[in-house]
Amino acid sequence: MSDARNQARAVLEGPDIHRALTRIAHEILERTKGAEKVVLLGIPTRGATLAFRIAERISQFEGVKVPVGTIDITMYRDDLRLRPARPLGRTDLPAEGVDGRTVVLVDDVLFSGRTVRAALDALNDVGRPRAVQLATLVDRGHRELPIRADYVGKNLPTSKSEKVKVYLQEIDGRDAVLLIKGDDRPGAGETNGER
Amino acid sequence: MSTILIKNARILGGEPCDILVRDGVIAEVGAAAGKAGPAETIDATGLIALPGLVDLHTHLREPGREDAETVQTGTQAAARGGFTAVHAMANTSPVADTAGVVEQVWRLGQEYGHCDVQPVGAVTSGLEGRQLAELGAMADSAARVRVFSDDGKCVSDAVLMRRALEYVKAFDGVVAQHAQEPRLTEGAQVNEGEISGRLGLTGWPAVAEEAIIARDCLLAAHVGSRLHVCHVSTAGSVEIIRWAKSKGWDVTAEVTPHHLLLTDSCVERSPVGPYNPIYKVNPPLRTNEDVLALREALADGTIDCVATDHAPHPVEDKETEWAAAAMGMIGLETALSVVQEAMVETGLLDWAGVADRMSYRPARIGRLSGHGSPLEAGAAANITLYDPSVRTAVDPAAMASKSRNTPYEGMTLPGRVVATLLRGRPTVLEGKLV
Amino acid sequence: MKRHLISAGDLTRDDALLVLDTAEELARVSERSIKKLPTLRGRTVVNLFYEDSTRTRISFEAAAKRLSADVINFSAKGSSVSKGESLKDTALTLEAMGADAVVIRHAASGAPHRLANWVRGSVVNAGDGTHEHPTQALLDAFSMRRRMGRIEGLKVAIVGDVLHSRVARSNVLLLQALGAEVTLVAPPTLLPVAVDTWPCQVSYDLDAVLPKSDVVMMLRVQLERMNAAYFPSAREYSRRYGLDRERFARLHDDAIVMHPGPMNRGMEISAEVADSPRSTIVEQVANGVTVRMAVLYLLLSGSEPAIGGDL
Repeated sequence: MSDARNQARAVLEGPDIHRALTRIAHEILERTKGAEKVVLLGIPTRGATLAFRIAERISQFEGVKVPVGTIDITMYRDDLRLRPARPLGRTDLPAEGVDGRTVVLVDDVLFSGRTVRAALDALNDVGRPRAVQLATLVDRGHRELPIRADYVGKNLPTSKSEKVKVYLQEIDGRDAVLLIKGDDRPGAGETNGER
Repeated sequence: MSTILIKNARILGGEPCDILVRDGVIAEVGAAAGKAGPAETIDATGLIALPGLVDLHTHLREPGREDAETVQTGTQAAARGGFTAVHAMANTSPVADTAGVVEQVWRLGQEYGHCDVQPVGAVTSGLEGRQLAELGAMADSAARVRVFSDDGKCVSDAVLMRRALEYVKAFDGVVAQHAQEPRLTEGAQVNEGEISGRLGLTGWPAVAEEAIIARDCLLAAHVGSRLHVCHVSTAGSVEIIRWAKSKGWDVTAEVTPHHLLLTDSCVERSPVGPYNPIYKVNPPLRTNEDVLALREALADGTIDCVATDHAPHPVEDKETEWAAAAMGMIGLETALSVVQEAMVETGLLDWAGVADRMSYRPARIGRLSGHGSPLEAGAAANITLYDPSVRTAVDPAAMASKSRNTPYEGMTLPGRVVATLLRGRPTVLEGKLV
Repeated sequence: MKRHLISAGDLTRDDALLVLDTAEELARVSERSIKKLPTLRGRTVVNLFYEDSTRTRISFEAAAKRLSADVINFSAKGSSVSKGESLKDTALTLEAMGADAVVIRHAASGAPHRLANWVRGSVVNAGDGTHEHPTQALLDAFSMRRRMGRIEGLKVAIVGDVLHSRVARSNVLLLQALGAEVTLVAPPTLLPVAVDTWPCQVSYDLDAVLPKSDVVMMLRVQLERMNAAYFPSAREYSRRYGLDRERFARLHDDAIVMHPGPMNRGMEISAEVADSPRSTIVEQVANGVTVRMAVLYLLLSGSEPAIGGDL
């Protein structure tokens, strides 16, 4: 497997991820006063999966059903022309919509902040939320825009040339976060390489 | 008194020998010729000597379309291709349908001196297919026209065709028919078949050619006249001509080099994509089966000769969408190479066969005197020296023709004309015009 | 490199599915109040129309504008084109204007291929002569998939003037790639001579084909064809190859009827069939914008196109 060749190291295993999401779910409940008028929007692909997991936790803890959906940011990316045209992800807003609600964007890795910038633009075109917050499983630093996460599963110090790869059971058959070293290709690591 | 000694030439690909040319006539052939005293010498070691090539079918465009070709540039191209005589088709502007026009064209050829130009007279006035042109006047003119053709257009009216065939008997003329039934080819663009269907181009059915050939063979037999069929392009046409010849009828036929080598698949695939009008030609490129049948027919003599249908067009008439492009390709400078590729390399013809199909027979069909004779003592010294051993990529920019519409650009073809002699005078030496 | 969309044959099965899937996502954009996306900001799309086709031009224009591309409409009427400027010179002009894509409609088959030799941008064929119309085939496939839930295994009858139809050519290629079974139905005069080499079935008998069909696509028949002896009269054509109420009744209950437009009501299709709920004719128009957005997105959004072919 290519991860092995690139000296991959697991920084989070299944139970760690489980705990991190549980904590995020609790924090959301706390900060939003019982998740009232909250909508979770995951950024495909893995952010979407995480959003559904968090929603499930919240409903377990408090019995509240939090509307959850996905928002694809491909059409709003600022790096579209750096790579061949790519397929679109799914945008699936919950029936309640986003107007007047607190939207919590969910992504797997927070890096440059450009994905979140794109997500804010995309959100702008589908409605007018009361507030927007951000949850991420891993914050690996190296921000290029004035963006920070409200909820972080794990702060992970990385070098710019390293890659962070998130595996989730629903998509990849296992839960893990890997730190992959040694890709010195120019431009490598400038995005987290998942889309 | 000019004397030229050609050393070590392989006449028709035979053993090396010397050819002594004196005063425009072959004086001596053989080892003895080498002892003939002081003379200009051409070293023809490794070269094949052929009788000067004769083309029954070119378009020199003068008068009228001097932007595409002139008698001067066209005959330069002919000389570079090894030709010593070319027939110039009548579809000029004005049309070569009077003694005046044919004499003008003939004289231009004589003046430039690269290659004899034998004008073809129009069958009908203005190529309009309504009334016979003054065939007799053209025959009696200085140009001594013997071949009559409305080429580019078919003499489709059966009565008119019959009369033309009959009328030219008076001066041993021949009607060279461009066989294309007009109604069946309205708007036609490419051979009708798989490729026309896929490309959505109006089909040009083989039967449009074959039906006219069949009719004309029957007419020629009926009135006892000579018929020549221009640019035969289909396997069916070959069958009809074979049948007509088996009856003993006086029917002859030509095939173009491009119909011996290229197929309509070129229209679908080329280095610059499909629909490249460089392949647009009349008659259209046909299928591989047709190509094979044409080669076989040329080999067995059913088709008498190769004629280039050299059809120059300026760049702007080809750099267009397919339907808007002009039909035709240039061919004088590549003809012998294409024939080598299609006929000699395939074992279908030897060099004696090439001489027959590209010199003796076309000269005989055109009733040309002084051309198309074997390279023997006493014959006019019309000689082509050819190096069959080289292979080169075709470069349109290097051609003498004023136009560049060759379909062979970039293709690697065998052979090179090294020298051409017209009545003992070199028109080409070392591959360059003299 | 992938660069142009000139023939439906330029699209692999995966390419075609990518277009349809992308269009599916984009269809949702069309449903929201803000229909515009910023994706092609700064890109220039030229609509080069040598034939009047307001429908197709507007469809491409709407698609490009929804993706924020700059659109230049260059129509042959009233421009230098009608004064005899060559296609090549027009192409060089567009090149100088920095066209990232040229959408071309032309009466000559193969004009888009020629154009592609003279411009650096992507060429999108919006209909060339009697050759192809690939985005029409894509929107037909998209409409089919939305109605029927699938394309693979569908039995599709394409009925009418196949010989002169760019829609038929593109549909045969695309539907074959997507696994549908196509049957062409036409009088023998309106079929190409070598149609037996096409990847589809051929029939002269509409009544035999209809009961087995899931999709019936009616092609426009031009009355000029009658004068060229392709068929004896409009009435006879309509009687043998028109889709009227009686024939419509012989279709199975889930079958749908399509038409690329513009229709000759009463000729190849009767008014009540065209207006029936099982006709997709109106949604085909809406789907046209969506599918063309997908095509422009996949050709122009990235550093290189994700779909298409080279010359």
